Amino acid sequence: MMLHPLINYINDARKRGLSSKQITQTLTGAGWLIHDMMDIIVDHIQAPEEISSEDIITIRNASKSYWPKIKALDDVSLSVKRGSITALLGPNGAGKTTLVRLMATLLVPDSGSVTVAGYDVTRDAQQLRSIIGLAGQSVALDETLTGRENLEMIARLYHFSPQVSSARTDELLFQLELQDASDRPVKTYSGGMRRRLDLAASIIAKPAVLFLDEPTTGLDPHGRFMLWQIIRELVEQGTTVLLTTQYMEEADQLAHYIFVIDHGRVIAQGSPDELKQQVGGDADEEISLDDVFMKLTGHTALIHE
Amino acid sequence: MNSYLISDILVMIKRNLTHVMRLPQLIVFSTIQPVMFVLLFTYVFGGAIKTGTVDYINYLLPGILVQTTVFGSMMTGIGLAADMAQGIIDRFRSLPMTRSSFLIGRTISDLVRNVFVVVLMILVGVLIGFRFEGGFFNGLAAVGMMLLFGFAFSWISAAIGMTVKNVETAQSAGFIWVFPLVFASSIFVPVETMSKGVRIFAEHNPVSYTANTVRALTMGTPVGTDIYYAFAWIIGIMVVFIPLAVNRYRKIN
Repeated sequence: MMLHPLINYINDARKRGLSSKQITQTLTGAGWLIHDMMDIIVDHIQAPEEISSEDIITIRNASKSYWPKIKALDDVSLSVKRGSITALLGPNGAGKTTLVRLMATLLVPDSGSVTVAGYDVTRDAQQLRSIIGLAGQSVALDETLTGRENLEMIARLYHFSPQVSSARTDELLFQLELQDASDRPVKTYSGGMRRRLDLAASIIAKPAVLFLDEPTTGLDPHGRFMLWQIIRELVEQGTTVLLTTQYMEEADQLAHYIFVIDHGRVIAQGSPDELKQQVGGDADEEISLDDVFMKLTGHTALIHE
Repeated sequence: MNSYLISDILVMIKRNLTHVMRLPQLIVFSTIQPVMFVLLFTYVFGGAIKTGTVDYINYLLPGILVQTTVFGSMMTGIGLAADMAQGIIDRFRSLPMTRSSFLIGRTISDLVRNVFVVVLMILVGVLIGFRFEGGFFNGLAAVGMMLLFGFAFSWISAAIGMTVKNVETAQSAGFIWVFPLVFASSIFVPVETMSKGVRIFAEHNPVSYTANTVRALTMGTPVGTDIYYAFAWIIGIMVVFIPLAVNRYRKIN
């Protein structure tokens, strides 16, 4: 690893026999400022994780129908890179939720295979469940229990010790600004608070893969910002995040890679920029992901003209 | 078997019992109703129903206790249906918790609640003249018997709750088939007084076998063959309905 010049300087000074205090003095004299130090901390201590080239999720030819004959997924194949934020983008009823439920072991595919972190969702579901987190479209909490009781229960069911469960609960209640409401039953929570608690529940085990099904629905701008912040932090710590969204802005802001889904099929994929290029247009024309989406899914008058 | 089974079940029991504690009206009504049954049957029908030389309260209370555990165990299906409707089922199913702990935790919670109600009813019964004539240990065996029977019925209820997945339906579907079992039985009146068709049904009804056994134990009379039939029913019910309920849980889509 290439070290920052400052670290080289300090190492050299130590070799020459200078004490820490002397080094500090020479540094101050040399005009090093606090923000230089911060740069070093950011660069060397919290170096952002590179997205790996390795696939953590592999879906091969997965199909899923609901009785009587609604084809929710039609021969879907896709893969997700370890450490990435990947978005499934599509209109209502496109099959996004079905796809997430397959990966989160809540559904079994009719045909094809779904592998997450090397575990087959059908065969190795139980092992897989300890390393995934899920925040579904509707909040999955116990209304009668308090926020704290919910989180502690879920941590215990992830098989953490009571001590770790309670410590992790405190940490998340603080992080999601729910401490004040922590001892109130969830049924007294506002929609945004429930969302945040549900998110806390889904990340309590620091999952390797986090599934978020329309996570920002029902959140106010502050809540949304908090969620994005948390997602980025998790990814820095190595979590792979797969989220579904109908908000193009969200996909554009957050995702490294996007799969556009419609009628149970993947109709386009790529980074936000690649998707914009695929749709084309004049070089100086600003293309938003909205345009891409509209054009791909055909949900626009333009196509039908 | 998963080494976390016990701890998962305990977590689920804690959760379910917290619900019970937070809904005091539920405890009040689920205890008032059986107490009312004891008082009404003793003082309203007690004079008219002929139970031979036995005090009606000594005849009735063991039966009412069995009835209460049966009704109490019907809460299992309602509780499960409520979980299914709430969306929390998705959370549980995505967790590495042992699959069966969701159901076992629920049935044991309802068993614990039944213990509470049974103890309370016995206290009320003693106040109005009920006595364990068979002695302490037979009385204990009687209580164990009715709780075990209630536990078995919880699994029928669980299978129903997992099938209908809706609280209101679970409420009606869960109780409707229980009424004939409870009333066409030896709980309230001796089966000899019933018309022939009903009598045959009542004689072979698991509720009757259990009520007869419980009554014999509390009164200190011989249990005869009733206890074997009662156990056969309990085991039979569990053998059929535990796998059925677990299978329903695994197959949720």
